[in-house]
Amino acid sequence: MKEFSYTIKDEIGIHARPAGNLVKLVKGFTSAVTIEKESKPAVNATALMKLMSLGVKCGDTVKFTVQGDDEDAAAKAIEEFMNANL
Amino acid sequence: MTVYNGKGVYSSVAIGKASVFKRRSASVPMLKIDDPAKEIERVENAKALAVEQLTAIHGKALKEVGETNAEIFEIHIMMLDDEDYNDSIRSIIENQGVNAEYAVSVTSDNFSEMFASMDDAYMQARAADVRDISNRLIACMTEGSAESGSSDEKVIVCADDLAPSETVSLDKDKVLAFVTAYGSSNSHTAILARNMNIPAIIGVGEEFLKNISDGDLMIVDGHTGEVFVSPDDETLKRLEEKQAEDIKKKQLLQELKGKENVTLDGTEVKIYANIGGVGSIGSVLANDAGGIGLFRSEFLYLESDNYPTEEQQFIAYRKVLESMVGKKVIIRTLDIGADKQIDYFDLEKEENPALGFRAIRICLTRPEIFKTQLRALFRASAFGDLGIMFPMITSVSEVESCLKMCDEVKKELAEDGINFNEDTEIGIMIETPAAAVISDKLAPLVDFFSVGTNDLTQYTLACDRQNAKLESFVDTHHEAVLRLIELSAKNAHENGAWIGICGELAADLTLTETFLRMGIDELSVSPPYVLPLREKVRSLRLK
Repeated sequence: MKEFSYTIKDEIGIHARPAGNLVKLVKGFTSAVTIEKESKPAVNATALMKLMSLGVKCGDTVKFTVQGDDEDAAAKAIEEFMNANL
Repeated sequence: MTVYNGKGVYSSVAIGKASVFKRRSASVPMLKIDDPAKEIERVENAKALAVEQLTAIHGKALKEVGETNAEIFEIHIMMLDDEDYNDSIRSIIENQGVNAEYAVSVTSDNFSEMFASMDDAYMQARAADVRDISNRLIACMTEGSAESGSSDEKVIVCADDLAPSETVSLDKDKVLAFVTAYGSSNSHTAILARNMNIPAIIGVGEEFLKNISDGDLMIVDGHTGEVFVSPDDETLKRLEEKQAEDIKKKQLLQELKGKENVTLDGTEVKIYANIGGVGSIGSVLANDAGGIGLFRSEFLYLESDNYPTEEQQFIAYRKVLESMVGKKVIIRTLDIGADKQIDYFDLEKEENPALGFRAIRICLTRPEIFKTQLRALFRASAFGDLGIMFPMITSVSEVESCLKMCDEVKKELAEDGINFNEDTEIGIMIETPAAAVISDKLAPLVDFFSVGTNDLTQYTLACDRQNAKLESFVDTHHEAVLRLIELSAKNAHENGAWIGICGELAADLTLTETFLRMGIDELSVSPPYVLPLREKVRSLRLK
């Protein structure tokens, strides 16, 4: 299992477009990926509407948990995606 | 004749027959079913059809309204594919033994409620998207198609509110205008309509829908937000003339767009636009203004029920600068007073508000408010060509205080490692006779002057702007006012500053020549006056 945290730098936060792209990316891997915003229960990273409803804003820190056969590659790809887009 | 009022989102006039938009799924009946597998299959088939339709709409929107506005339909496709959304539909069908339409409708309510209850305007607006995709899904099950019937005649579409996909699905060639009972000027519908260059009146109220029927003659005036149903002859004639004027203006626009503001003998002047909110940027660009000469920042304070935060202000300022892509944007700091009250400022009632506690006087007395605004402005300065302008200046010491505050803010931002433009231009309004008279002392301190002719006239002639009885005493071309402007222009230029005019006189075409002879560098007017002013400038010969 791999875990890492990321602090959002984008002004609007995880809005519809990046959320959609993140879901697309995660679906490309077999590992199970969850996202957790402090004080809220973790959501499955392939659940677009739940992901949006976390209301992740600029400055918020989210925790990713990745578990599965391709967890190393998935975690790396997600981290790169977050750095490039959010 | 009946008149309704709403918010006009695209300034033009349309005259034509009403066509009432038929909502596809007003209420969905709950039916008990025996074969859940069959219902789930119906959902799957409808989903495939819906995705196909949305892909087509996305393609159409890409061409008509551009990538940013078309993006919403790509997101709709992703939302339709959402696991939780689909799981919810499936489990309602299986556990409750109900029809697919009802399961979608309940799921739609639950998910849209989830977004509607979030404390973020962007996410709240997503509730409408959930309802939109759900309605489409239901329509795909019941009719096999989500598109409503169309007629051959051009019509004015009347609806409660239009979902984004509905706006784009409509055959643009057959729509003269939109009128909706609900909605805001920020809804997708309003934005898309604006981009499609179709006049629309938003939020006329539900009475309208009760009284309108297909085929009623209507006039839609996007300038004023008025809707006339079964207009009388006089109104019809008046608006037909207004429509003809619009068409003439559009031709003027076509001819003058992209041309320089230069006289026959080569004197150039900048023509900028005055606006009071982010929503007017579209008309600034549509009228081909070279920049924004006066952006009134009050709207941020008026729209809010408490002091807007630095972050809120920053986002708004940045949006303006980015929308203007590198063109000059001059933002005037807070200009309120007893005549433009804001409750939470808790200002005392005054006998004579025009001469009272207002504008820069409030900012210098309550530096915490001023500093928040300046921090937001300087942070935004990294995203375009910003100018900051201070209102109601009467003395050298006021300007020095403002500049000191700017320096403090810049120093703090630099310490925090936050980007800003070190060369952000700083200017002051010349709207008191005092400022004009000592303009030789003020000019060395700043980069530019901007003459506010409305206040300058009121203060110079001692005539209250609000008092209609004084109208015959207010000579807007009074020599005293013109001399003060000329003096300010001379002093600006001698001290390396530039000077603009942002009051109503800037749009007075009978004074354009006078101003150009004074050496005025920039004229800032309401967006609709930009092109008529350009035409005037291009007809002048100064030598």
